[in-house]
Amino acid sequence: MTPEFQKDIYYHMALARAVDDRMWILNRQGRAPVVYSSNGHEAAQVGSAFALNRGEDWIVPYYRDLALVLAYGMTPREVMLHLLGKAEDPNSGGRQMPAHWGLHRRHIMTTGSVVATQDIHAAGLALASKVLKDGRVSVAYFGEGSTSQGEFHEALNFASVHKLPVIFFCENNGYAISVPARKQMAVMDVAARAAGYGMPGVIVDGNDPLKVYEVTKLARERALAGDGPTLIEAKTYRFVPHSSDDDDRVYRSREEVAEWKKRDPLVTFEKYLLDNQILSSEELAAMQQKIKDAVNDATDYAEKAALPDPSTLGLYVYHQ
Amino acid sequence: MAVMTYLEAIRETLRQELRRDDRMIIYGEDVGVRGGVFRVTEGLQAEFGEDRVIDSPLAEAAIVGTAIGAAINGLRPVPEIEFADFIFPAINQIVQEAARIRYRSNGDFGVPLVIRAPFGGGVHGALYHSQSVEALFAHVPGLKVVIPGTPYDAKGLLASAIQDEDPVLYFEHKAAYRSLKGEVPDERYLIPIGKADVKRQGKDLSIITYGLMVSYAQRAAETLEKEGISVEIVDLRSVRPLDVEAILETAKKTGKVLIVHEDNLTGGIGGEVSALIAEHALFYLDAPIMRLAGPDVPAMPYSPPLEHAFMVTPDKIAEAARKLAKF
Ligand SMILES: Cc1ncc(C[n+]2csc(CCOP(=O)(O)OP(=O)(O)O)c2C)c(N)n1
Ligand SMILES: [Mg+2]
Repeated sequence: MTPEFQKDIYYHMALARAVDDRMWILNRQGRAPVVYSSNGHEAAQVGSAFALNRGEDWIVPYYRDLALVLAYGMTPREVMLHLLGKAEDPNSGGRQMPAHWGLHRRHIMTTGSVVATQDIHAAGLALASKVLKDGRVSVAYFGEGSTSQGEFHEALNFASVHKLPVIFFCENNGYAISVPARKQMAVMDVAARAAGYGMPGVIVDGNDPLKVYEVTKLARERALAGDGPTLIEAKTYRFVPHSSDDDDRVYRSREEVAEWKKRDPLVTFEKYLLDNQILSSEELAAMQQKIKDAVNDATDYAEKAALPDPSTLGLYVYHQ
Repeated sequence: MAVMTYLEAIRETLRQELRRDDRMIIYGEDVGVRGGVFRVTEGLQAEFGEDRVIDSPLAEAAIVGTAIGAAINGLRPVPEIEFADFIFPAINQIVQEAARIRYRSNGDFGVPLVIRAPFGGGVHGALYHSQSVEALFAHVPGLKVVIPGTPYDAKGLLASAIQDEDPVLYFEHKAAYRSLKGEVPDERYLIPIGKADVKRQGKDLSIITYGLMVSYAQRAAETLEKEGISVEIVDLRSVRPLDVEAILETAKKTGKVLIVHEDNLTGGIGGEVSALIAEHALFYLDAPIMRLAGPDVPAMPYSPPLEHAFMVTPDKIAEAARKLAKF
């Protein structure tokens, strides 16, 4: 892995964190009604994205995946347009709630809010890839809570029976809103569920982008070789409440959050890059300036952009 | 008697019913430790314990399916679906199972079950946190669909739903939770399911509606009163069964009917209400029946101008009523 590649991973993780921080500020100022965050999940998301043929392979994200879509080529401006519900929002033209991604141009599948529906879509995208032999792999992203849904299990089963080129990527942050994983499943690891469907289940440290990159790369090779799907479980943590409408103090202790914060993927990866002289402090400062500029530009651009015209309400119910 | 919000009325009824009947249990996503995403069940797990107020896995089909089993084996389950928009994974269990079990067993089995779910928009909830799903279920014989429009009704209807021997869907408008306040008696009382309520007497025209739209219609009626238009408001309170008698009575009385709902127009409750009037009270009408409803787009968009264009508001109701009055 080249130093440039590693720096690029870091850049996207830091960009995502900065965009996210800005979104929360806009929310607190009453300028953005709701925020869903990737804060804490950046290593899992960016590390896995970098193992894909970005823009060609399909990703099927969920609302947690800001860092993922940025790494996959959505621009900060596009993210902010979406957050503020502007007409130019390429995800939905202001129709969907923030964090409901979808960008055909970059092969980011459109997504709703109903958890686990997307797992089956990834299998379907991969079914087409198998038939068309287009060399694409599809990756479904989802939280551990959503693995309680029947559709998750149906997706794994279908994909494995037909050896589809798909990866199921679980971002296990230990909670589904307030509900801890132990009330969600009677096994310790989501990865254990893979065995029931005849596919490998791989556990990876979701706060280490390089490890995530490695396991995703292997899963992709396996998919392309026709060996079928892999279930990857990235163990991670969200540092902020479920959304800006949530108060996480009700269901998890400040000590627990502080303990995980010691392993903040952004901080540890930055330290790794500096300690190993992959990144110099001058480069880091320049990168931080670039990110700041990008976030300011995106915010200004999106705030000035027009809201959708009410007369467009009825457009695109059907093909036109 | 205390002044309560719509949300508090629901919470206090749940508490009262849990105290009254140990067979009752509550469960769903986030309902225990967090007290629900809207905090409707706040404090109930602390009072009644983890066996009676249960944080369930994130699986709506399992929530409703287990509630069916539990109801048949002697409990009174009152599961919560976190948002009405997420009831669809459970639709198989609700429509194919809960609704048909009494009929298919020739009365040998019954499913006393209440499914609570917040619904409705106007809260920046976008496509998947704003939906009105009542018409889909109102189509299904075997189900009852209750939608309270005031804190007082919320209590009496919920107590009746819990006591009912058949499956009841109890939809709570999320914009009503904290915005509607009213007097609610402390003691238990029952409001029969299937009985509409005349919320306002009037003579020029009738607005037939339910849920949050009842209070919106009341606001419109106050405006119209100043303009010399006298509006009667009939709150259906349940959309299955419909109170046919009350619907016909108001139609015959004023001769002009405006049906209002936030749910999509086509195939909505308005169609059924207007068919009843057309069948049984046509010659009492002085004007064609009018419907004001959510537009026929798949769901409510997020961005404020689009959300506003979708929502039925007191102003839009007043405007429609004015037109009807002039006819
Ligand atoms: C079918 C369905 N039911 C309920 C919800 C409401 N809801 C939104 S996110 C969420 C928790 C999901 O937790 P998890 O899958 O672990 O993802 P995380 O947010 O932790 O990344 C719930 C219950 C939903 N979106 N879809
Ligand atoms: Mg989770």
